[in-house]
Amino acid sequence: MTIIRHELKQGKTSLLIWTGSIGFLLVICIFLFPEMKDEMDGVSALFASMGSFTAAFGMDRLSFGTLIGYYAIECGNILGLGGAFFASICAVSMLSKEEKDKTAEFLLTHPVSRVRIITEKLIAVLIQIAAMNLVIYALAVCSMAAIGEEIPWKELTLLHCAYFLLQLELAGICFGISAFMRRGSVGTGLGLAAVMYFLNLIANITESAGFLKYITPFGYCDGADIIADGRLDGAMIAVGAALCAAGLAAAYIRYSRKDIHA
Amino acid sequence: MEAIKTTGLTKNYGKARGITELNLSVGQGEFFGFIGPNGAGKSTTIRTLLGLISPTAGSAQIFGKDIVKEKQAILQSVGYLPSEAVFHSGMKVKDILRFSARLRKKDCTAEAQKLCERLQLDTNRLADELSFGNRKKVAIVCALQSRPELLILDEPTGGLDPLMQREFFDIIRERCNEGATVFMSSHVLSEIQRNCTRAAIIREGRIIACDRVDALSKTNAKRITVRGHVQLDGLDGVRGRQDAGDTASFLYSGDMNSLIQALSAGNIADLTVSEPDLEEIFLHYYEKAGD
Repeated sequence: MTIIRHELKQGKTSLLIWTGSIGFLLVICIFLFPEMKDEMDGVSALFASMGSFTAAFGMDRLSFGTLIGYYAIECGNILGLGGAFFASICAVSMLSKEEKDKTAEFLLTHPVSRVRIITEKLIAVLIQIAAMNLVIYALAVCSMAAIGEEIPWKELTLLHCAYFLLQLELAGICFGISAFMRRGSVGTGLGLAAVMYFLNLIANITESAGFLKYITPFGYCDGADIIADGRLDGAMIAVGAALCAAGLAAAYIRYSRKDIHA
Repeated sequence: MEAIKTTGLTKNYGKARGITELNLSVGQGEFFGFIGPNGAGKSTTIRTLLGLISPTAGSAQIFGKDIVKEKQAILQSVGYLPSEAVFHSGMKVKDILRFSARLRKKDCTAEAQKLCERLQLDTNRLADELSFGNRKKVAIVCALQSRPELLILDEPTGGLDPLMQREFFDIIRERCNEGATVFMSSHVLSEIQRNCTRAAIIREGRIIACDRVDALSKTNAKRITVRGHVQLDGLDGVRGRQDAGDTASFLYSGDMNSLIQALSAGNIADLTVSEPDLEEIFLHYYEKAGD
């Protein structure tokens, strides 16, 4: 518990900034919906004329005229990308920062096993991701209630669950990477999240690249699929869970044996 | 049972040198010095003993426990003072001390308070804002507050002013008198000479001498300082001669009669014959091993 509490204190500012930023943008988007709804004919025609760009963001299958369609496209991108960045940065620096900041010597010369350090740091990552998602979910629900729209509970919850799983998957992979790195890990985390995001855009544009959806966690976060099917894609999530588990296993194996240099 | 025992302890860093077949034995309650210049392998030895790096070959035990298999149990009884104290950013001194105590699952509040008073450490300040010396004090309190049985000190006095150094060694000697073992690495030889009972000298990753400090200091060589005009050229056994005005100072390990004859042939105003200090002995060991 000591390391969990310590990590939560250390990550408090970052968590507040990311949660505040994503939450703020999400609330703004939701509050813009009543105005957007009135101009939907023009907007739909505009989006229909954008070709593969429309498909890339799933706008060909979602209606901007409904709250959940609008939310899945606009807010989905904010939450998807913002959440992915936060989860990646948080996880990828969790182990490596001790060496980068030269605090590993202090931490690892206390009578705490490396397995316990890894486990508590991992729990700290999960708590931060869960906390951010809960706050954002609550903000989304409150904002929808505030603009007087009926809350699409099932679709909204499924979307948020998908993004939560996406963040967990990226966090697991990045946590594994973190065990191998000594410095400069944040760029790697951000890069990985961005690559995953763009892989999904490519998969949406061309059918021949559809297999990419099984590689990127953004594949099972596609609002159009989730809303149309009323469920998450179990196969894609299973692949994601396997990648996440591989990342975590790598973290435990590598960090338990790693030489910590001055 | 020894406090520290290493047998053929080796750490290779690929092409870079680490430590090679280190055989050390430190008894319980000893104040042991570990001497060597930068890069000789002092920190590598310490980091291996603490489990920060794994040995390539050989073994080591601390209080009879294997450093690889029983690392956690060992660290429970070890207090470590690093040469460079770095702490997590944004933490106050008191938070660092509490964090360290919690990691040891001990309440060290009373002991920490005593140490902070002796070292004049303000616990309400942010560690980020502290000078190098004050950060060192925080590290000292972290290492000592749990009253560990073994203290491993890596270049402990760097950054401390002379008064603080004296207070620090007073505390360490008190702990040693109470039964704690101290393993101190340093390249400040006077520190070792003043405080340690035994010492080992490490050179290029190998132990080249290990004995009582007074035995290490014993040598046939004498430090000769002579003021006046004297012809020393051609005298065998003169090393490290330094001339300043009409004063010459050198280490002499040759025939004493030849020296006296050379001196009596000159015009001497003053003459001092003394035992060389550990620093000179250390250089002597280094030169000898390098031959």
